[in-house]
Amino acid sequence: MALSWLLLILLALAVIGYFTGRSRALASAGGDARDLHSLPSYYGYNVALTALVPALGVLIVWLLVQPMIVNSTVSGLIPDQAIPEGSERGLIMSEVRRVANGLNGAIAAGALTEAQAQNANADIDELTTVLKGAGQVLTQDVTQPILIAAQKYRSMTGAGSVAMQVVVLALALLGAAFAYIRTHKEFRARNVVEQGVLALLLLAASIAILTTVGIVLSMLFETMNFFQLHSWKDFFFGSTWAPNFRGGSELSILPLLWGTLYISLIALLVAVPIGLFAAIYLSEYASGATRSLAKPLLEILAGIPTIVYGLFALLTVGPALVSMFGSGGALGLGWMASSNAVLTAGLVMGIMLIPFVSSLSDDIINAVPQSMRDGSLGLGATKSETVRQVVLPAALPGIVGAILLAASRAIGETMIVVMAAGAIAKFSGNPFEAMTTITTRIVSQLTGDTDFASPETLVAFALGLTLFVITLGLNIFALYIVRKYREQYE
Amino acid sequence: MNDMTRLERTVDSKEIKIAANNVQVYYGDTHAIKDVDVEIEDKTVTAFIGPSGCGKSTFLRCLNRMNDTIDICRVQGDILLDGEDIYDKRVDPVQLRAKVGMVFQKPNPFPKSIYDNVAYGPRIHGLAKNKAELDEIVEKSLRRGAIWDEVKDRLDAPGTGLSGGQQQRLCIARAVATEPEVLLMDEPCSALDPIATAQVEELIDELRSRYSVVIVTHSMQQAARVSQKTAFFHLGNLVEFGETGQIFTNPEDPRTESYITGRIG
Repeated sequence: MALSWLLLILLALAVIGYFTGRSRALASAGGDARDLHSLPSYYGYNVALTALVPALGVLIVWLLVQPMIVNSTVSGLIPDQAIPEGSERGLIMSEVRRVANGLNGAIAAGALTEAQAQNANADIDELTTVLKGAGQVLTQDVTQPILIAAQKYRSMTGAGSVAMQVVVLALALLGAAFAYIRTHKEFRARNVVEQGVLALLLLAASIAILTTVGIVLSMLFETMNFFQLHSWKDFFFGSTWAPNFRGGSELSILPLLWGTLYISLIALLVAVPIGLFAAIYLSEYASGATRSLAKPLLEILAGIPTIVYGLFALLTVGPALVSMFGSGGALGLGWMASSNAVLTAGLVMGIMLIPFVSSLSDDIINAVPQSMRDGSLGLGATKSETVRQVVLPAALPGIVGAILLAASRAIGETMIVVMAAGAIAKFSGNPFEAMTTITTRIVSQLTGDTDFASPETLVAFALGLTLFVITLGLNIFALYIVRKYREQYE
Repeated sequence: MNDMTRLERTVDSKEIKIAANNVQVYYGDTHAIKDVDVEIEDKTVTAFIGPSGCGKSTFLRCLNRMNDTIDICRVQGDILLDGEDIYDKRVDPVQLRAKVGMVFQKPNPFPKSIYDNVAYGPRIHGLAKNKAELDEIVEKSLRRGAIWDEVKDRLDAPGTGLSGGQQQRLCIARAVATEPEVLLMDEPCSALDPIATAQVEELIDELRSRYSVVIVTHSMQQAARVSQKTAFFHLGNLVEFGETGQIFTNPEDPRTESYITGRIG
């Protein structure tokens, strides 16, 4: 029985439970809903939820745990000498799973009988031929240990899923029956449903949090794998980024970090003054009509996909900069060789961040009490004196927070730098040179046609984790500052 | 109201500081102030009383053109400060506000040190030639604000860390520091406890010797205690304007009598 059927049956049980529970409650009150403790529908929900929730919970846990148990049992069946030179247990296990799926497919196609599939002494060559003939994909020829493991895998998975179906259905029926029997006009179904709602909300919140934890853990494991293959000293303190897919690469984060920070710095130099001044204009000077027109227009910038910014950098800003600073350019300086440069990426990223800075700063400036402005204006200060000497100092912590949030976006930005920054990892202060960033290197290390287990690929996870830690730190720092500021006026 | 007799009420032979003639104020389509004529004397405390929404704060904010900061607000009529129309095109509202200082309902010290709060106005207007002179102005203003003794040891502490009454006196000191000729006070004690209120009222009476003070208040007792002249506003009209003792003991208009005896409000 497929999983979808099981879910459909559970759902049907819940629906039936809803109606029977509701009608039983009404019957116990003699058909008068006013005698019930709760509205009739709550009794229905109570039965439906009690049937559904534990069964679904067990189902999810079972689905997560069963493959782990099966895998560890089956992989214990494979003797060490059955693992060929240069391969690993994990690769053999995926072969085992392929064979098991192949056997299933062959049975479904009628090329094998159930008894043949379970025959541990079957002729391997013949079986391989049959499997291949039935259109099943095998990467290597089946060996005796693999076949035995695959057969064990099949039987365990099959037994497990039958057991799962039985347990889940039994739980659902038991839950429905339990709630049904409890349904009585005195029963506080409303409160029970309230608990159910709470559980639902908790579930949603914990999924969000657990996903974050999951992301961190998966990065962490791959990073640990990387550090087993490559020295952490070279990664953190080396000075060269030179991946070489034949091995012996120098993989240091520092040149990439330099490129990332340099481009982010240029981006912030563009975004912070423009964004901040735009915010000051919008919140202090603009009339209501201008504000209601200009603010959405500014925020359209925030809705442009970063790939479009990348195209803008590649097609417009880069060539324009070359025609200014390149050899034979308008200024005749000959500083810029190609349109891929730190300056190109930084400028465009800065434009991308303008709405981010302006919209956050605008909110923060608006949060400064009007009485501050009145006090300053009442002393004979002009508007700009008021902004400079009273409003901005009062809003400064919040604005710093906004800038830090913008910085963490700049550091994590990928698309613009992939398209506009170039691919050369080096330490250089020249903004007209091409440089590369952490995010760009993650993309290129993972999208190549390379062995997944090599340090050249795994370094992407170490880079990603480091990036994550940096931006997380910046975000936490920014939120801390913003929160500290908020406490002043509320 | 027994305090009424305590204060000296010789207010004759004072020159007119502010004269308002036929002032109309509109907020959009709302006619907030109708035909107000008032003469505010120098070195006198003038109180504006009246029920909420009667326009007394609006009128006060016309006197230093703070209403200019509100887009939909229009002012008509003449308001003369020392005989010059403050709504004349040649008058710079920023300069005017230095001459006509304002203290607000809620104490609003800037998030700066006590010293910087008081030095704010003098710095903007370039009143001090050097640091020593600025120090002098700050000390003098804090003394006039009757708060010098409480803060002289912690001038670098933030102004927002003072108590409510201290903050309000700091704001008065801040307003005094720009050497204004008129001080407008918009319900300066409504956010303060009775003790702080008493201190600020005492201060207002002292300020009378140098400045013309206009105070908007909800409290009739306060008006009776601190002012020499009282104006009663009702629904945007100036109902009655006269000597405080006169208004509170023998009002001419029945509406004034109803208000001060608590029948309307």
